[in-house]
Amino acid sequence: MSDVPLSHILFVSTALFFIGMYGLFTRRNLITMLMSIELMLNSVNINFVAFNKYLFPQNLEGIFFTIFIITIAAAEAAIAIAIIINLYRSHQSIDVEDATELKF
Amino acid sequence: MPNYAYILLIPLQPLATFIVLGLFGRKYFKTFSGTIGTVSLLISTIVSFVAAIQYFFVDGKVNGIYQKIIAFKYTWLEFSPNVSIDMGIIVDPISVMMLVVVTFVSLMVHVFSLGYMKGEDRFATYYAFLSLFTFSMLGLILSSNIFQVYIFWELVGVSSFLLIGYYFEKPSAVAASKKAFIVTRFADLGFLIGILLLGFYGGTLDIGILIERLTAVQSPEYTAMAAAGFLGVSALTWALTLVFIGGAGKSAMFPLHIWLPDAMEGPTPVSALIHAATMVVAGVYLVARLFPVFNMDAAALQVVTYTGAFSALLAAVIACTQTDIKRVLAYSTMSQIGYMMFALGVSKYGGEDGLGYMASMFHLFTHAFFKSLLFLGAGAVIHMVHSNDMKDMGGLRKLMPVTHIAFLIACLAIAGIPPFAGFFSKEEILLAAFHSNKLIYGVALFTAALTAFYMFRLYFSIFWSKESTVQSHGEGPLSMKLPLVILAACAVGVGFIPFSSLVTSDGEALETHMDITFSIAPVGLTLIATLLASYLYKKENDKPAKLAASFDGFYQAAHKKFYVDEVYLFITKKIVFPLVGQPIAWVDKYIVDGFMNLLASITAKISALIKGLQSGKVQNYALYFFSGIAALAVLFIYLWK
Repeated sequence: MSDVPLSHILFVSTALFFIGMYGLFTRRNLITMLMSIELMLNSVNINFVAFNKYLFPQNLEGIFFTIFIITIAAAEAAIAIAIIINLYRSHQSIDVEDATELKF
Repeated sequence: MPNYAYILLIPLQPLATFIVLGLFGRKYFKTFSGTIGTVSLLISTIVSFVAAIQYFFVDGKVNGIYQKIIAFKYTWLEFSPNVSIDMGIIVDPISVMMLVVVTFVSLMVHVFSLGYMKGEDRFATYYAFLSLFTFSMLGLILSSNIFQVYIFWELVGVSSFLLIGYYFEKPSAVAASKKAFIVTRFADLGFLIGILLLGFYGGTLDIGILIERLTAVQSPEYTAMAAAGFLGVSALTWALTLVFIGGAGKSAMFPLHIWLPDAMEGPTPVSALIHAATMVVAGVYLVARLFPVFNMDAAALQVVTYTGAFSALLAAVIACTQTDIKRVLAYSTMSQIGYMMFALGVSKYGGEDGLGYMASMFHLFTHAFFKSLLFLGAGAVIHMVHSNDMKDMGGLRKLMPVTHIAFLIACLAIAGIPPFAGFFSKEEILLAAFHSNKLIYGVALFTAALTAFYMFRLYFSIFWSKESTVQSHGEGPLSMKLPLVILAACAVGVGFIPFSSLVTSDGEALETHMDITFSIAPVGLTLIATLLASYLYKKENDKPAKLAASFDGFYQAAHKKFYVDEVYLFITKKIVFPLVGQPIAWVDKYIVDGFMNLLASITAKISALIKGLQSGKVQNYALYFFSGIAALAVLFIYLWK
């Protein structure tokens, strides 16, 4: 278990973060974009847990924080999906390119 | 210390009515808004009668002197520990007397309007405005702080403006309301500067303290004010004259009287309330309120005296030539206010010399009753004839017996024939003038005769003259007759109130004695003028026309109101507009506006350049966000050492 060095875990989380970012920028479907954001959040969670485990094993703050983030992510997903449903009702689409009214 | 805090209820009652009727009247109480307003004011009236009885007969007097009582005080704005704007209630003989007059006349007008304004589309609005006016006028009367006076002064002006312009679909009413507002505003500028001067030198805005400081000759405030001067006139005289200009504007004194005749465009009950009995005497009340200070400055009193006397005479002459009955009454109001003004002017403070002050207040009191009666009577006549012009009237005595008798009583009262109310007060004024200034006495005597002449010219032209051609539709409902009867009873009775023992300059009772020999001249002249009027106007004939022709030039000038309006128009249109107005307009248009337009166009150009960033695409925004984070990361990791 302790054979895995911290840098490997960080590598995984960084990869996850940029996969999420790539998805956020390239996808046009709002649901997929939401999923990408969730990926980014999870990469952060991995960071928290890893640093907690490797640097301050006697503390639990990192893990608490992760739990908070998961909770908030759930709430955020609920709100985001509500927004998406409303958007679908008004625009008959959940393509982000179709919702560009809010500009100059 | 007797408790008078309940007086607060008197002005707040109409304020509440105004708010309720103003917000909900048109929608919810279209037909009974009149009843609501009247009942609410009835309560105010009863409370003010209670207050008057308590003050004058129960506990207002200490050692034979009526006290000045501050019944309520609330500091509204404090500039420094000494200078503050307070909302207060002052209880002294003149404010209590005015309370009774304002609430009572206002009540009569409210009742009269129930019949007169019935069926109007904006009935609720009308009552809302009446309530607003009543509230402001009561606030003005009760003010204990000179700035509070100013606030209510302006409120009164606004409600007068609103009511004159009540028939806003008539262009003449709109013009009249604007004229009234602008002329009085112009005068109020003087009032404001006067207040600031008094406040600056007196170090306070509280009327009581101000009077205390400026009437003590040794006080530093008085010394400073009498010593400082501008254009060779002392600051005290300037301040008082400016305050008087404010009062002259509201009270329609020459040369600021031009708005009053035009103000007759408003509904007639409004004219009775505002432009006859209450608001127009605000100027007199103001001078009376500050009278101890005026008393310290002979020059300012001279201004008051001569303006008053000249206005009284001028207005009486003009009144003889007008044919619009409301305009005749308007000029007669102006003339009677002139009486009150010069009575104050010839008075001194305290004791026997305070006769003029007491006479002025007495005349204000009696005038309110018979003048509002005249206006309400005129309203009833107009209601019947649907015209303001004397030529359309005549012979109405058979059609409108109640109005006829009431109007006759009011005419006798204003002409000063004993034992009607006007006789007593006018007698005191003449006596005061006789003792201090013979020239003023002469003018007053002549004006008294003129008053009788034009009032009876009016009376005979309306009720006698020729056979009536009007299709009668009844004299009007009870709500219109009842106020006439009550006011007529007042016009007979109020002269017997022992006014000199109640309202005097220093609160002490004043001994007055009717001197029969003194009364012979004015009453004799009045009777002669009355007979002359009856000879000329009782039967339709061509004598008045011949008489007018024999005074041709003078008659024309008086008929055209001595061209004062034309002079104003000349000054504004030919001098002020091209020489002052247009250059200022140019500066405003090209320099002030130009600078603002420049700023706006620069802002618009910059925003046009950068508005492409606001694409509306969520992913663009996310990209900016991540680039920002990346840039910050680079900044903090590599560059920030």
